[in-house]
Amino acid sequence: MTTKAVVAGVNGNMITARFEGTVRMNAVAYVILPQKSGDPIRLKAEVIRVRNDECDMQVFEDTRGVVVGMTIEITDELLALELGPGLLSLVTDGLGNPLEQLAQRSGYFLQRGLYLPTLDREKQWAYTPVARVGDRLHAGHTLGTVPEGPFKHRIAVPFGIVGEVEVLETVPAGNYRVEREIARLRLPGGEERAVSMVQQWPVKKPIRAYVERLLPSKPLTTRVRIIDSFFPIAEGGTACIPGPFGAGKTVLQQALSRFGDADVVIVAACGERAGEVVETLREFPELIDPRTGRTLMERTIIICNTSSMPVAAREASVYTAVTVAEYYRQMGLRVLMLADSTSRWAQALREMSGRLEEIPGEEAFPAYLGSVIASFYERAGLVRLEDPYLGETTGSVTVVGTVSPAGGNFEEPVTQSTLAVVGCFLGLTYARSYAKRFPAISPLESWSKYLDSMRSELEGIYGEGWVDDVREMQNHYAEGQRIGDQMKVIGEEELTLEIFTHYLKAELFDAVFLQQNAFSDVDANPSTERVAMAFKLARRIVDQPFTFPDKDTARDVLLNLTSLFRNWNLAAEDTDDYKRFLDELEAVIEEWSGKKSLAEVTA
Amino acid sequence: MKKIYQRIERIDGPVVMLRAKGVAYGELARIRLNDGTDTYAQVIKLRDDQVSLQVFAGTKGVGTGDVVEFLGHQVQLAYSETNLMGRTFNGVGEPIDGRAPVADTAAVAIAGPSFNPARRIIPSKMIQTGIPMIDMFNSLVESQKLPIFSVAGEPYNPLLARIAKQAEADVIILGGMGLKYDDYLFFRDDLASARDRLIMFIHTASDPVVECMMVPDMALATAEQYATQGKRVLVLLTDMTAFSDAMKEIAVAMEQIPANRGYPGDLYSQLAARYEKAVDIEGSGSITVLAVTTMPGDDVTHPVPDNTGYITEGQFYLKGGVIDPFGSLSRLKQVVNKKTRDDHAPLMNAMIQLYDGCRKVRQQQSMGFSISSYDEHLLAYGGEFEERMMNLEVNLPLEKQLDLGWQIIAGHFQPRQVSLPENLIEKYWPATE
Ligand SMILES: Nc1ncnc2c1ncn2[C@@H]1O[C@H](COP(=O)(O)OP(=O)(O)OP(=O)(O)O)[C@@H](O)[C@H]1O
Ligand SMILES: [Mg+2]
Repeated sequence: MTTKAVVAGVNGNMITARFEGTVRMNAVAYVILPQKSGDPIRLKAEVIRVRNDECDMQVFEDTRGVVVGMTIEITDELLALELGPGLLSLVTDGLGNPLEQLAQRSGYFLQRGLYLPTLDREKQWAYTPVARVGDRLHAGHTLGTVPEGPFKHRIAVPFGIVGEVEVLETVPAGNYRVEREIARLRLPGGEERAVSMVQQWPVKKPIRAYVERLLPSKPLTTRVRIIDSFFPIAEGGTACIPGPFGAGKTVLQQALSRFGDADVVIVAACGERAGEVVETLREFPELIDPRTGRTLMERTIIICNTSSMPVAAREASVYTAVTVAEYYRQMGLRVLMLADSTSRWAQALREMSGRLEEIPGEEAFPAYLGSVIASFYERAGLVRLEDPYLGETTGSVTVVGTVSPAGGNFEEPVTQSTLAVVGCFLGLTYARSYAKRFPAISPLESWSKYLDSMRSELEGIYGEGWVDDVREMQNHYAEGQRIGDQMKVIGEEELTLEIFTHYLKAELFDAVFLQQNAFSDVDANPSTERVAMAFKLARRIVDQPFTFPDKDTARDVLLNLTSLFRNWNLAAEDTDDYKRFLDELEAVIEEWSGKKSLAEVTA
Repeated sequence: MKKIYQRIERIDGPVVMLRAKGVAYGELARIRLNDGTDTYAQVIKLRDDQVSLQVFAGTKGVGTGDVVEFLGHQVQLAYSETNLMGRTFNGVGEPIDGRAPVADTAAVAIAGPSFNPARRIIPSKMIQTGIPMIDMFNSLVESQKLPIFSVAGEPYNPLLARIAKQAEADVIILGGMGLKYDDYLFFRDDLASARDRLIMFIHTASDPVVECMMVPDMALATAEQYATQGKRVLVLLTDMTAFSDAMKEIAVAMEQIPANRGYPGDLYSQLAARYEKAVDIEGSGSITVLAVTTMPGDDVTHPVPDNTGYITEGQFYLKGGVIDPFGSLSRLKQVVNKKTRDDHAPLMNAMIQLYDGCRKVRQQQSMGFSISSYDEHLLAYGGEFEERMMNLEVNLPLEKQLDLGWQIIAGHFQPRQVSLPENLIEKYWPATE
């Protein structure tokens, strides 16, 4: 059922419509733009405000050419996404249109008004039914499965159904296209409904077909040493990466998308550079994920609404991405969703709010910014799923969002609203990136609430006493920084050898453990065991009471150790270099750990 | 079917309002002033029969009784593959070089749709400029978008002109915004030798503000035409801060709520829409964008450089007459540095590290701390590095830049004092006399 309306006003990407009948908030509408020849162009829009017989809508396209009085069709459907097999490896725009297919239709440039189904209609899927006729099921329960990538994709009772349904019919195992009916259900009201492998889901609504939410307790290893040790991320948890431009947000997220230990990775390229998406797009099909033996692309979905694409669709893109994430979570999978950058999404909200002439809050962001950000991150989580056939499992959505604060100043509305809701804060600083200390995550300002809440799980992985060891290193490092700051003021001469050595050791720890070269295949992706080993080795150097005669020697030796350690970081396991650098490290540590204690030397 | 109106109801800054029917959003209109001259305007808001027009040449002298005619199309560019070379236009595409209008043109819409990300390729070709601080330390890559951050008074326009002359490109498009007339004359004369591949869109400080806003779109739409025909296009824009200020002026006239220091909330999207036109097209041409962004008060956190930094792929930081090696970054350099010479990346890093050391020693010295003999070497090295590499006058091919780097290092240090891999030292360290 559609409501007829006409254009009453155009202001950038906002169109005001005058309608007769009823409209629903967040409903999809199409502005019909007649063409001199051929079919009219249909511009997709979403209703975002209703006032008497007028409603305002954000248009997901360029509005040039729209004339007052043109026809608008307002549908009864909310902005929704197609869910079903075939999402993995897809690259879509913010509304779920597959970009490759768009390019096949319209060439180099995106063409406005061209919308294509997200899922391939022709592809056949090997369907195996699991539900039997007569079974009584609930929303989210599995009807059957198809293999997709490395796992079984569950085709579920549509998430929107409330109450118990009865399975009236199912198809036998076989190869089917996504739109083929695979089961017939009796709804609680008695009505019958045919179900295919695709379902539509309104992106702004969380999928809640699970039993309960659980407290995140398991780390999601990222292979980024400073994160996995100092500021761990939890499966089902949330983290944010604010930082000024060029500080390394995107490089860090790309590292997470490659090495993060998740079953499915959703990348939301939200209002950032198209070029960055292309790197992922071109490289992932070539890179093999050692965990599955398949290419990285097979576990990845890219929702791509880059900075020159329509702003309103940018706002939708983060919801599209998190909806896909929730969908795969329903299958008992661990999903990692990366959004770069949430600030661009917030800016899209701000632009629209300005057009709506709402009363602005700080920096002209709308007053509801905080609650919008909070409810977005709330869609992350670890959930318990119960399925009559597949038993009990958990699934998780972990959300990591970058924030691009104006002027790199974290005292701004988007950063502050985000910090209020996330479990882990990875703050990138200009000072560290300027000094090329990558990843530029501030070891002092950042925090993770999960370090303590995941204590037992972490110690299961890295060994007994891990969390305390980490805390001690954090304190040691902080003290080293304090000494460094002091030294800048009073000079090196004023420090005792002991204090100076503390500073050098903290610098060593920074250089060999906290810093990591994202562009080295080896250093960017150490195994968990190697991270633990590097930590212990660095810790040993830090704890070692060296017998240095003077500061110059202390500096020389520790710089030498730093250089050997960094070379070791770059050497792949089972190589000669790996062994050689380790041996040399041992030899140097040995050489300077004389029998005499440090106190004796300085006395 | 031309629509003609004769009653302007409101004139405010560069915006006029009138009542009209059947007008399209973005449509171009012509206003005939009472002195018989024409001025152009674009529809920027529609509400029932109220039409807001942004007048390109400003509203100075516009009268409420002037005739407004809607032209039935959007702002267009008169494109010709061959006849544009060597020509100069204003922000709305009219020739200002005293020559006849361009013959054999096709109308091309400006600010066209975005390039499909799925059709982009990973940039891979370096553009050599002969400038060591660019080629060796922060390589410019085809399809890159890079700003030159600078304060007023720095030689950013001469730098742009040098790059235009020395860079490998088929077509060079210069977009001038808010240029001093002298700067325009400088470009015209200095780039005379490159005329056969140069097109200029010029807005000078005394021209109407709205025309300033059109310059990047004109320049980039032209670039897109050539790039899709296989040409490697280098677009030089100066100064994007003037462009942003023009946008600010219009936003204020439209009574928009400013987001940050008076700039409109969509500054990021507006800048990005232009910069993202940079592209490398598979099997065809490319667009590379170098854009001067002056920083009021040398403040990188000012909204214009700040938003720019979030969009571009690094930045050149022009300071004290040189490209500062610390503040500058080409984010795409690693993709091309692998393919130049095996010592390129390590040598670059080692030289920067040593120069950083020199800088620290200078700081300590200035605070009255004593310095070691190693520090003396750093200081001497730093001096030579500035003189022979950072100096913007230096013009050398990359190979020679790298050789020079080894020479400078070897003049001040022992091999084990620099963090360079042994195999490279063996291969490149200059023999000692
Ligand atoms: N881990 C790293 N190792 C080495 N270099 C890095 C690392 N992280 C970042 N860099 C360097 O910093 C540059 C900028 O990084 P990145 O693109 O991730 O910044 P960003 O914070 O996303 O910036 P923007 O906000 O502008 O998008 C990279 O091109 C690279 O040169
Ligand atoms: Mg980034």
